Amino acid sequence: MKKILKYVIIDILRNKIVLAYTIFLLVLSLSIFNLEDSSAKGILSLLNIVLIIVPMVSILFSAIYIYNSAEFLELLVSQPLKRKTIWLSMFGGLSVSLITAFLIGVGIPVLLYEASPTGIILIVSGVLLTTIFVAIALLAAVSIRDKARGIGTVILLWLYFSLLFDGIVLFILFQFADYPIEKAMIGITALNPIGLSRILVLLKMDVSAMMGYTGAVFRDFFGTTAGMIISLLTLLLWIVLPGWMSVKKFNKKDL
Amino acid sequence: MIIANNINKKFGRLKALDNVSVSCNKGECIALIGPNGSGKTTFIKAILGMVLCDSGFITFNDKNILHDWAYRSKIGYMPQIGRYPDNMSIGQLIAMMKDIRNPATVKLDDELINKFELDKLYDKRMRTLSGGTRQKVSASLAFLFNPEVLILDEPTAGLDPVAAEILKEKIVAEKAKGKLVLITSHILSELDDLVSQVIYLQDGKLIFHKKIEELRADTGQEKLSKAIATVMLKGR
Amino acid sequence: MKIVLFILSCISLQSYATVIKAGRQQQNKSVSAAIALAHPGDTVLVDAGVYYEKNLIINKSIVLKGINRPVLDAEKKYENISVKADNVIIEGFVLQHTAVSSVTDYAAIKIYDSRNVSVINNIINDAFFGVYSQYGINCLIKNNTLTAYAKTEQSSGNGIHCWKSDSMQIIGNTITGHRDGIYFEFVTNSVIWRNQSFNNLRYGLHFMFSNDDAYINNIFQNNGAGVAVMFSKGVKMFNNFFKENWGDAAYGILLKEINDSYIEGNHFEKNTSAIYAEGANRIYVKRNVFKNNGWAFKIQASCSDVILEYNNFLGNTFDVGTNGSLVLNRFNNNYWDKYEGYDLNRDKIGDVPYRPVSMYSMIVERNPPAVILFHSLIVSLMDKSEKVIPSLTPENLKDEHPMMKPLLL
Repeated sequence: MKKILKYVIIDILRNKIVLAYTIFLLVLSLSIFNLEDSSAKGILSLLNIVLIIVPMVSILFSAIYIYNSAEFLELLVSQPLKRKTIWLSMFGGLSVSLITAFLIGVGIPVLLYEASPTGIILIVSGVLLTTIFVAIALLAAVSIRDKARGIGTVILLWLYFSLLFDGIVLFILFQFADYPIEKAMIGITALNPIGLSRILVLLKMDVSAMMGYTGAVFRDFFGTTAGMIISLLTLLLWIVLPGWMSVKKFNKKDL
Repeated sequence: MIIANNINKKFGRLKALDNVSVSCNKGECIALIGPNGSGKTTFIKAILGMVLCDSGFITFNDKNILHDWAYRSKIGYMPQIGRYPDNMSIGQLIAMMKDIRNPATVKLDDELINKFELDKLYDKRMRTLSGGTRQKVSASLAFLFNPEVLILDEPTAGLDPVAAEILKEKIVAEKAKGKLVLITSHILSELDDLVSQVIYLQDGKLIFHKKIEELRADTGQEKLSKAIATVMLKGR
Repeated sequence: MKIVLFILSCISLQSYATVIKAGRQQQNKSVSAAIALAHPGDTVLVDAGVYYEKNLIINKSIVLKGINRPVLDAEKKYENISVKADNVIIEGFVLQHTAVSSVTDYAAIKIYDSRNVSVINNIINDAFFGVYSQYGINCLIKNNTLTAYAKTEQSSGNGIHCWKSDSMQIIGNTITGHRDGIYFEFVTNSVIWRNQSFNNLRYGLHFMFSNDDAYINNIFQNNGAGVAVMFSKGVKMFNNFFKENWGDAAYGILLKEINDSYIEGNHFEKNTSAIYAEGANRIYVKRNVFKNNGWAFKIQASCSDVILEYNNFLGNTFDVGTNGSLVLNRFNNNYWDKYEGYDLNRDKIGDVPYRPVSMYSMIVERNPPAVILFHSLIVSLMDKSEKVIPSLTPENLKDEHPMMKPLLL
């Protein structure tokens, strides 16, 4: 496992995209913190980046990498190696390199400028989101043979999680405006890791956003330690479930 | 050594392998022959566990390969088209393979690397290599770990005559050491002095599995290519 | 001037009035005994110590003064002091353990139908109502510290409660833990100045049917529902701080049916809604700072002629919220930190109007659970497109002359 992981990481690092991603994040974070008048506001702007760019880069890069590594995978599969080991090494290698990029690009600036609980939560959700979208990309790439279709699907998935899902939520909200659906909303947020991370960070940061009765309901859930732990576990489930499904599929895949 | 038992594999509607049962033993050099799309490569990949059979099973040294992966350490595989990570150099690739296969347990056989003079190209990236050089790399890797079984998919395709001759000599030498060699090739003439048995596949079906002497007797042809041509004509 | 004259007159009275002492070492062991001896204009000095006076009634114009803070304890059964005469001064006491009742409004000090009563420098601890004035005129309530431990609204009273009073001066008091910090009902021509009202159960200041009053330089912090100003006119609110009034229905100021009033120089920070206006007319909102609030200004369609000028809006989640499309109010020359316009002629005023109502704030207004989508991509896309082509937000709710830089406030 370690050996393959090592070679996957070496291979990814040889690919300059991760380096570019790191520098991009770093420049962006630093300029945000220097431009915004308060670092708390900087965190808010950074949140948007973490919620949009991190999932996008994670899912796209991972999917493309998997498709481009078809040869590498083929080579490895013909060797005396467990398929599970190979696949988990791919997963691990992608996650480790993208997380490292995120930690350098966003984590370090946040710790320098705003090492508050909010900042920590932001970093944690960024790391989790990276891993989640690597897992989703892996599942998509192993399920779809054709590269073009696979990458298209992955873009749609990203669009779904960052935009369409919230559109659906808004639609549901208006359809059921006359019912007390606040509690149900908490359940629905679990279905979207991006939304869940967003709420986790916001509740730590911008309590004023959560207003009125609804705000109280959300705060009572997400604001407590138990709610926080449940949310984090849900995010972990978002890693484990697609990851595990992709392993199952890879075990049965013909190369 | 390798026994395939009623294996079936479908790709969509296409039957790539249709109830194929074969038994391959040590010390043999077996030619896998058949028209294009007859299932030769699929069969090889099935043995390697790269393609999973829909039904039937394959055993390697009496162990089902389905839940085993370690058996692959006893196989050297040379793919039809050697595809390797683009960003790696030959040296890195060979180092990685050595690392993965843990050569502490076997004696490395770098004869081919030396004869193909690959060590001079160690710094070249895989994507810059010509098809022939890639084949040389594939061949070197297949023999590198001194495996008990060699599976060579179109080994001489793309090789220059000198390299092809080196490879053929190597195959003969390894066979002499009592190894099982499985070869597919379109160029039947070059198999003449190599093979001891012939497996003939068509449309995923096993047509026959015969010793070369039997085949010659049956068809009355001395040359393998002629013998196969006779079989193919008969089959029409 | 009035106050000064009044105090001067007290001092001059003292010089030839009698001083009667009460205390352990004095002839009068109890305060009530000393008061019984006193004539109008006399001073009763009370030594340090704890006195169980049951209900102390002051029915003549005297000065009642504690030395080293004597304690008047009502044992949770009585009202501490009932003032039933004009020109009474109560100063320097600790008043504690007032009775709690659901029928009678017991208070640590209750002023019944009297003029010129002064309550100065007392510590009122665990009272039901703190200082209660009914039909009080020209009374001074100054520098008192009121602390209560209210659990429910039903079982608690207000800190300073004025009912049907006039010309009251509420100055420099600190009120915490009551139901409402300061409560005004039918109180006119009064001033509330430099008080601190925090951690009260309901409102920091509750203000009803009270016209022509001013409250200035007060701090209202972390009260259950902030400050409510209702059914009044001619209210002046200057230089107050409204901070951290959080909750489902918490406001910096709740304005309801308010007319002809001024809100100037106030600071609103971290409130759920800094100002919530309903049925407010002719209100002048000027030179205030709205910072880090959920909603800076929530204005219902029932308001008219509300003028917002020269305010700073900084870091609010939503600047302005409204529920209708009819806008009869004016926004002018405010600084909005979300303004993205430009200033080509360098007159420090943006060249394009600012629309402080975002589409998302309209959505949240109609459908509160939508706050769960705060800061999501879809919301920012909606807001951006709405800025270009307004459809849901009121067309004419805009600041035609937004400032480019924050005002010095």
